[in-house]
Amino acid sequence: MKNNSEIWFSDSQTDSVCLNIRVTNQLYHGISEFQEIDVFQSESFGKFLVLDGEVIFSEADEFIYNEMVAHVPMAVHPNVKKVLIIGGGDGGVAREFTAYPEIERIDVVEPDEQMVDVCKRFFPDTTKGFDDERVQVTFQDGLRFVRSREDEYDIIINDSTDPFGHAEGLFTKEFYGSCYRALKSDGIMVYQHGSPFFDDEESTFRSMHRKVFRTFPISRVYQAHIPTCSSGYWTFGFASKRYHPIQDIDAERWDARGIKTWYYTTQLHKAAFMLPNYVVDILREEEKL
Amino acid sequence: MNIERQQRAPVCEALERFRKKRVVPFDVPGHKRGRGNPELTSMLGQQCVGIDVNSMKPLDNLCNPVSVIAEAEDLMADAFGAAHAFLMVGGTTSAVQAMVLSVCKAGDKIIVPRNVHKSVINALILCGAVPVYVKLKIHPVIGVALGMEVDALKEAIKDNPDAKAVLINNPTYYGICSNLTELTKIAHEHGIKVLCDEAHGTQLYFAEGLPVAGMKAGADMAAISMHKSGGSLTQSSVLLLGENMDRAYVRQIINLIQTTSASYLLLSSLDISRRNLALRGRASFGKVIEMSEYAREEINAIGDYYAYGKELIDGESVYDFDVTKLCIFTKPIGLTGIEVYDLLRDEYDIQMEFGDIGTIMAYISIGDRMQDIERLVGALTDIRRLYKRDKEELSYVDSVIPKVVCSPQESFYAPKVTLPIRETAGRVCGESVMCYPPGIPILTPGEQITEEIIGHILYAREKGCSLQGMADPNADHLQVLEGIKS
Repeated sequence: MKNNSEIWFSDSQTDSVCLNIRVTNQLYHGISEFQEIDVFQSESFGKFLVLDGEVIFSEADEFIYNEMVAHVPMAVHPNVKKVLIIGGGDGGVAREFTAYPEIERIDVVEPDEQMVDVCKRFFPDTTKGFDDERVQVTFQDGLRFVRSREDEYDIIINDSTDPFGHAEGLFTKEFYGSCYRALKSDGIMVYQHGSPFFDDEESTFRSMHRKVFRTFPISRVYQAHIPTCSSGYWTFGFASKRYHPIQDIDAERWDARGIKTWYYTTQLHKAAFMLPNYVVDILREEEKL
Repeated sequence: MNIERQQRAPVCEALERFRKKRVVPFDVPGHKRGRGNPELTSMLGQQCVGIDVNSMKPLDNLCNPVSVIAEAEDLMADAFGAAHAFLMVGGTTSAVQAMVLSVCKAGDKIIVPRNVHKSVINALILCGAVPVYVKLKIHPVIGVALGMEVDALKEAIKDNPDAKAVLINNPTYYGICSNLTELTKIAHEHGIKVLCDEAHGTQLYFAEGLPVAGMKAGADMAAISMHKSGGSLTQSSVLLLGENMDRAYVRQIINLIQTTSASYLLLSSLDISRRNLALRGRASFGKVIEMSEYAREEINAIGDYYAYGKELIDGESVYDFDVTKLCIFTKPIGLTGIEVYDLLRDEYDIQMEFGDIGTIMAYISIGDRMQDIERLVGALTDIRRLYKRDKEELSYVDSVIPKVVCSPQESFYAPKVTLPIRETAGRVCGESVMCYPPGIPILTPGEQITEEIIGHILYAREKGCSLQGMADPNADHLQVLEGIKS
């Protein structure tokens, strides 16, 4: 029998554009100390997590994001022992890093304990990263955690998505500066760079590059296609003290690892840094300022 | 304080009743609830322009309150533990002026610390009273003017037994408090009225563990910047009276200097903020104290910076310290406060309350969030990493007390000549020179200029302080009194 009543979740990407997802069920609603948390069940995206009204990830497309954040720096950096993931409350990024045996320690810093609990309950596939004994979760403000570290990490991932929410401190010059200090002399920082397509988001995109470009000697942007992200088009920042994301990739070494992926390949790695011209123009403008 | 009565907000309630009546306005303001000025309405919102109305019977009149404003003032006095309270709409400047004008007339002496706000000096220009400056100690490390010492007041009274009043900052911009209870006792023994400039002191009335508030210490009047730590709209303020003041006379003075068209936006913001403070002030200021103390600890852990606090207390020149004031001494990283202030704004999108030669200040209030404190601490850490340089000898602007040659009023109106600033040593200043923020005068009208003072002004200018008060905004020239030379 056809069910005629429909419930749609609207994710506003701008004031005049939104992504509608038909939901079959709302699995969770709660308000933590930091944000409003919702979990929905849908046909097309499976379960998806919503924070303050914005889709953060879905079962259907989380692999794209998590793989692109973790494997890109791992294919470049020759000797990773210690990784810091800031805001990785869903555990997806940590899970990708646990595939590398040479990593000794993975610190996850997430302020919102309630969000982690919700993810554990509804997204056990993602949070299974937390079960690895090398993973240490600290419930703390990311900026606070990182500012007291010096010369400690090989890779830092800024896994926070929203530059206007409670994590806005993680999109600031002081945060990028603190990460620079916390990284070893050949460290790499990978961070969310947002989507440059809509005007509203372009200014955030610009300001991030402006800040990071002036903090790190190497600062490149790469892209991925993630359906639940704004305009379906998402970018990441690759900021590095020594290694260049394309010149220094060791594809043979990475391919020999035999890690099973659904999105990332070392071929795609290089392609991801080849950006559309309008994005290249934006980046160049910010570099010239 | 009567908690049950404090649930009320008479001005806000009257505005709400008035709005529901949908009265047809054939009175001012001419925008008529925003209809006549759609751009204004779209900028400020219907809710806001809808209560921008004129004084009328159901809404009372601030010049002579008899109903809802009188009730609101009554509740305000109850909340602050004062004998009476006046709602003020001309900023705390007007409250300070009303205090001075209420106790001094032309030729009267008033004892003031050198670091008074310019509003006090301006009040002296208005009424013709003569300042007697109390010398303040300067802290040897942080270079900030400290509180008024008991002995210093005794000496000032001995030399000027005819003084009519003493004005005390409680606290200073930097959070420093004098022994207000003792100072008040001494002043009262000599028949001298005690005026408290509590522009930065609203929290003292509501929080636990902070320095004593003016009314509690027995002061005769206190000017309270509700819009600073109290949360009301900019320009709204409160004047408190103690037991022994003539309420009707003070009202007359206020009506000399204040508008006859008081804004109901400001009045309602005072009413609603008073209610909030009375009901929730203790909890919210508790949070403010917690945040400031946390920030202080974290900033001191960065290294070099000195976020000072209660350890400054010495029982005399720093009798007590208001820990909600987060001042950070920046000299040890080799940068002036102004430089750090500019870096925070330009590079980190963080706006501080002020930066002067040695200090920056973060104004922590009921609207702050922990995540923003983290940003400030993070930014200061990063500034130290990127911009630290060798220590530079910094000197201080607030250590000089010039000689008063004429009353501020006399010199304000006297014929003047304009001279290049370097040629003014020995002359009597005809205008104010202010380093802003924090609005402490380097020179006021009637004071003698010296080489040292000229040096201070030029140094402050070179370091990027905003110098205000002079006819020549670049401070290349100063106006001095005609003829008088020493």
